[in-house]
Amino acid sequence: MYGRKVKLRFFFIFLAIVTLALSIFLILKSLEENVVYFKSPSEIKIDAEMDKKKIRVGGMVKKNSIKIESQDVKFVITDFKNEINVVYSGAVPNLFQEGKGVVAEGYLKDRNFFLATKILAKHDENYMPPEVKEALEGK
Amino acid sequence: MPSIIGFYSLTFGLIISFLIIFFSIQNFKNSDSLDKKIVTFTFLQFLFVFISFIGLILSFVNSDFSNETVFNHSHTTKPLFYKISGTWGNHEGSLLLWLLVLTLFIFIFLIKSNAQPKKYRILTLLFQQVIIIGFFIFLLKTSNPFNYILPIPEEGLGLNPILQDPALAIHPPILYLGYVGSSIIFSSALAATSTNYLSKEWAKHIKIWVLISWIFLSLGILLGSIWAYYELGWGGFWFWDPVENVSLMPWLALITLLHCVIVMEKRLILTSWAVILSIATFSLSMCGTFLVRSGILNSVHTFANDPERGLFILIFLFSLIFLSLFIFFFFHKTDNKNLNSLNLFSKETSIIVNNWFMMYFLSVVLIGTIYPIFLDVISSEKISVGPPFYHKLIIPFLIPFLIAMTLGLKFKWIKSEIEDKKNLIIFFLISVLISILIVRNFDTNFLIYSVLISSAFFLFFVTVRDFFVKKFSSFSQNISHFGFSLLILSILFNNFLTNETIINLKVGQTHVAEKFIIKFEDVNQSSQKNYESVVGKFSVKNNDGKTDILYPELRIYNQPNIVTSEAYIKTNFFLDKFMTMNYVQNEEYFNIRYQTKPLMLWIWISVILISLGGLTSLLKKKYES
Repeated sequence: MYGRKVKLRFFFIFLAIVTLALSIFLILKSLEENVVYFKSPSEIKIDAEMDKKKIRVGGMVKKNSIKIESQDVKFVITDFKNEINVVYSGAVPNLFQEGKGVVAEGYLKDRNFFLATKILAKHDENYMPPEVKEALEGK
Repeated sequence: MPSIIGFYSLTFGLIISFLIIFFSIQNFKNSDSLDKKIVTFTFLQFLFVFISFIGLILSFVNSDFSNETVFNHSHTTKPLFYKISGTWGNHEGSLLLWLLVLTLFIFIFLIKSNAQPKKYRILTLLFQQVIIIGFFIFLLKTSNPFNYILPIPEEGLGLNPILQDPALAIHPPILYLGYVGSSIIFSSALAATSTNYLSKEWAKHIKIWVLISWIFLSLGILLGSIWAYYELGWGGFWFWDPVENVSLMPWLALITLLHCVIVMEKRLILTSWAVILSIATFSLSMCGTFLVRSGILNSVHTFANDPERGLFILIFLFSLIFLSLFIFFFFHKTDNKNLNSLNLFSKETSIIVNNWFMMYFLSVVLIGTIYPIFLDVISSEKISVGPPFYHKLIIPFLIPFLIAMTLGLKFKWIKSEIEDKKNLIIFFLISVLISILIVRNFDTNFLIYSVLISSAFFLFFVTVRDFFVKKFSSFSQNISHFGFSLLILSILFNNFLTNETIINLKVGQTHVAEKFIIKFEDVNQSSQKNYESVVGKFSVKNNDGKTDILYPELRIYNQPNIVTSEAYIKTNFFLDKFMTMNYVQNEEYFNIRYQTKPLMLWIWISVILISLGGLTSLLKKKYES
């Protein structure tokens, strides 16, 4: 009834749709599992439930808050309303300074305590991540 | 003075665009051969943009701070080399460079395409002029590199120091050659569709441009990656950062297009697919420019946060995509008469299968890059998508991808036949055996990685054997695929065997780790031309008794006031020893990162081998014709 050509065409289109659906499903599913949300210290205080997943916290490094030991760096991230204590062991970027913007990635221990696994590098002294800027302006 | 010449020269260039369009339309209807005038005008246009570009370079060299671009991005104490590279180290200058390459490429296209039909050549030129005019207007209206400042400032603001680096000085021009090369492919595909010239001849002719763009894009990405490795001090070569992704996407589209065009050249199938890919490649290049230049993505590439610029590129991009889709759906005649002779076990089938995989990888990267922006716009929720996302979605699919690639090399065109089966089976068994022995020692997901490494070794052995058996008959194809297997293997082993220690040390302190002892010996400070240098001296005593002395450096630039860290890397054939040092405010401690990374050199070498395959294919074509 149908020629070989039509069958082949049909097969191709069918295959294309199946692959497309499958890959979109896969991508969206792992997107859900692997995104990292950005929060300001105030948002962490307000949030009803505490995130067990990896998050990013951004704000300013509070003045005179950096304490350094041989393994860890301790500091406080503030958005001038609320603040959060951070403990970090790892490489510190060049522009990590008191009174400058910072974004730390890691896990919340409780509402006042954040265990950072990474501090994100920035590229220039005047630059402030838009997330931080917004967090400081209080949206 | 050079600024004034530069500006007027640019304006003339725009006027010539209209002249070219006028003559082209006239020529399109009237005569049988291409009007010499058109070629002359195309050359003139290139010349004017070139003069304008030289004008900007001279302004930078002379530190002419009456020019706003120079004032914002240069400084008198900067070394000459970085004054020149500063020309394209900013938004305005880099767009001028983009325009320069656009006009150069269309000129080369015209003089090299004599054998092609006249109508097709003129239409390509016309589509290309639409893009060129778009960029002229964009440049003159929103980002004029020749703006005046009065009163004239005494001193410039300086170039971001992390851009003051040899690899990064040539990274933009090389990358642009790749990006802009895709514009020729775009225009040509549209012209071929409108004139119904999608033929084996077209495939053969456009393949050269695909190869050229792809080689430059590969090298451009390689340079950026090497730079990130030693300058940013993150201790890696790829971070799935959005700015990296936007260069990877056109690369994936180009390599897919290359394979598609090769099939088309042999079988004249997949013509629609080739046109779609050509459109996609250029759209992705433009999309990359938009994301990087509009300030949506934050990186060293974002020079200015000007919404007007972003909006312009976005509108321009959408008009081009709309135009191309219109042409595609109205002019394109589907012609699949050859499709019914497609055999399951033939070279073309395996290429088509891998085309699909490549499209899958492309969509993973695209969604991972776009989704956070999309979410921010609709819900103002801030998220980021990290490496785990990409690794999880890409690594498992590399397995069938590698196997199809290996078998594809051994399949024949059209017929369902495979070359030396016996050897393939032997190689496959050897690969499986080797990988099981290797992966057993690693603490990872045994099943996935042993299968992945087996398939990479499979490709590796098959291509190595082909160097001896086939000698030079399919050298370029072989060397690229060999390079790819080497790349996968190097990346995997690099990942498994990298060892990292991060520690805070004061001068004189020692850190005892499992396999080595780090001693912070000394710090030396010295003044350089435009920065203060702080060099640390570290001795790393390894368990085997050998001691390495490493000198990581911190540079404190005076204008602008920025600290950068220069990684100290001891490279040999099998292992990189990598150390960076960072100063932590108000404390005597320095933050030290020490990594041993095996096979780093091989990652760079394999990318060069992959591009070399493209280059030899290009030279072979030249030799044949």
